[in-house]
Amino acid sequence: MPSLDDLKKRIKSVKSTQKITKAMKMVAAAKLRKAQENAEKGRPYSQKMQNIILNLTKSINDPQNAPKLLVGTGKDKTYLCVVLTADRGLCGGFNSNICKLAKTNFKNILSKGKELKIMTVGTKGLDQIRREYDKYIIKKFSFKNKKQITFSEAELVGNEIIKLFKKEEFDKCILFYNNFKNVITQIPQAQQIIPVENKSSEVKIEDSTSYEFEPEEDEILEDLLPKNISTQVFKAFLENAASEQGSRMTAMDNATRNAGELVDKLTINYNRSRQASITKELIEIISGAESL
Amino acid sequence: MSGNFAVEIISPNQSVLKSETEEVILPSFEGEMGILKDHVSLITFLRPGIITVKKNNQEIKFFVEEGTVEFSKNNLLILTSTAKNLSNLSKDDLNDLIKKSQEKIDQKDINDKEKYLLSHKIDVLKSVN
Repeated sequence: MPSLDDLKKRIKSVKSTQKITKAMKMVAAAKLRKAQENAEKGRPYSQKMQNIILNLTKSINDPQNAPKLLVGTGKDKTYLCVVLTADRGLCGGFNSNICKLAKTNFKNILSKGKELKIMTVGTKGLDQIRREYDKYIIKKFSFKNKKQITFSEAELVGNEIIKLFKKEEFDKCILFYNNFKNVITQIPQAQQIIPVENKSSEVKIEDSTSYEFEPEEDEILEDLLPKNISTQVFKAFLENAASEQGSRMTAMDNATRNAGELVDKLTINYNRSRQASITKELIEIISGAESL
Repeated sequence: MSGNFAVEIISPNQSVLKSETEEVILPSFEGEMGILKDHVSLITFLRPGIITVKKNNQEIKFFVEEGTVEFSKNNLLILTSTAKNLSNLSKDDLNDLIKKSQEKIDQKDINDKEKYLLSHKIDVLKSVN
C-alpha cells in the first residue's frame, strides 16, 4: 500500500500530464482544420493531373517509344520505396502504421529476390525503418525546421526521384503515406508512381475522347510526367499533414481521457487510505483509553 | 453568339477559379489560343502570359508562368501552380517579377528554351505594366 504522500504526488503528476495532452489536443485540432483544408484543396489538382496523364497514355500509339517515366524501364528488378512520415511523435499509430505497411512491402520485395532501395522523408519513419533496413536506405529527407511544407519541398523530393530514375537506379517507385479520410480514420497507402499505374483507367475506358495535342504527345508527356511526380509527392505530403494532426488529435484526446480516469481512481484510493489511517488512529486511541 | 462552357483554374494549393464562361484566351505554348464552346478535345501547355476569361462582357485576367490545359466535353481545365489574378497584382509586384526574371536571364547556365520563356515572361509583364 503506497503512503498518502506518494498517492498525492502521483495524482499531481498525472494531472499535469493531462494538462499537457489537453493542450496538445487543442493545438492539433487547430492545425488540423488548416491541414484538412489544404489537403482537400490540393486533391483536385493531383487528380486531374493523373486523369490527363491517363488520357494521354490511352492515345499513345507506340508504347515502345513512349517516355520511360510513363511505361517504366520494362524491367522489374529494383524497387525504390519512398516512405513519408512525420517529424514528430505523439500522434498515435500514425508513423507506425505507415512503417508497418512499408515493412510488409519490403519483405515482399526482398522475398521475391528483387533489389530494394529506400528513401525516407521525415525523421520518425527513418528511426523505425533504420532498425531493420538500414543498409537499403539511400537518401533521407527531413523538413523538420519548415513550418509548412510547400510545393517546392515536394519538388525537391520529386526531382531527386527523377534524377535517380534517369541514372537507372531503379525500375519501380512506390510512395507510402497516410490517406486522410476523416479525423479518426487514416488509411496507410502504397501508391506506385513510376511507371504510372492506371487502376482507374479501366473504369473510365468508355469515354475514349480523342484529343488534339499541341505540341506532340511525346513533348507534352516529357514535360508533364516529371511535374506529375512532384504533384503526387505533394499530394502525399498534404494528406500526411492532415492525417498527422488528425491522428494526434485523437491520440491526445484518448490520453486526456485516460489520465482523467486514472486521476479518479487514484483519488478514490487516496481517500480510502486517508480514511483507513484515521480509523486506525481512532482505534488506537480508544483501545489505549480502554486499557487504562 | 455561342453558349457557355465551364472553366476551372486549379493550383496545387487551391481552386483559383470555377465558373461559366463564353470565351477563354490562353497563352498556349505555340501561340495564343482562343477557346469557345464545343472546341475539339485538346491537351496543351502554357507559356508565361495572360489568361483571359470572358463572361457577360466582363474580363477576368490571370497571369500564369506555366501550366497544363485540358479541354474535353465543354470542360476547360487549367492546371497551374502560378496563377495570379491581375487585379490583385500591384505595380511593385510586377516590377519585382520583372527584376527577378531579368536576374535569371543574365545567368549563364540556362539553356535556350529557358531563355526564350524568360524573355517572353518579361515581355508580357512589361506589356501589362
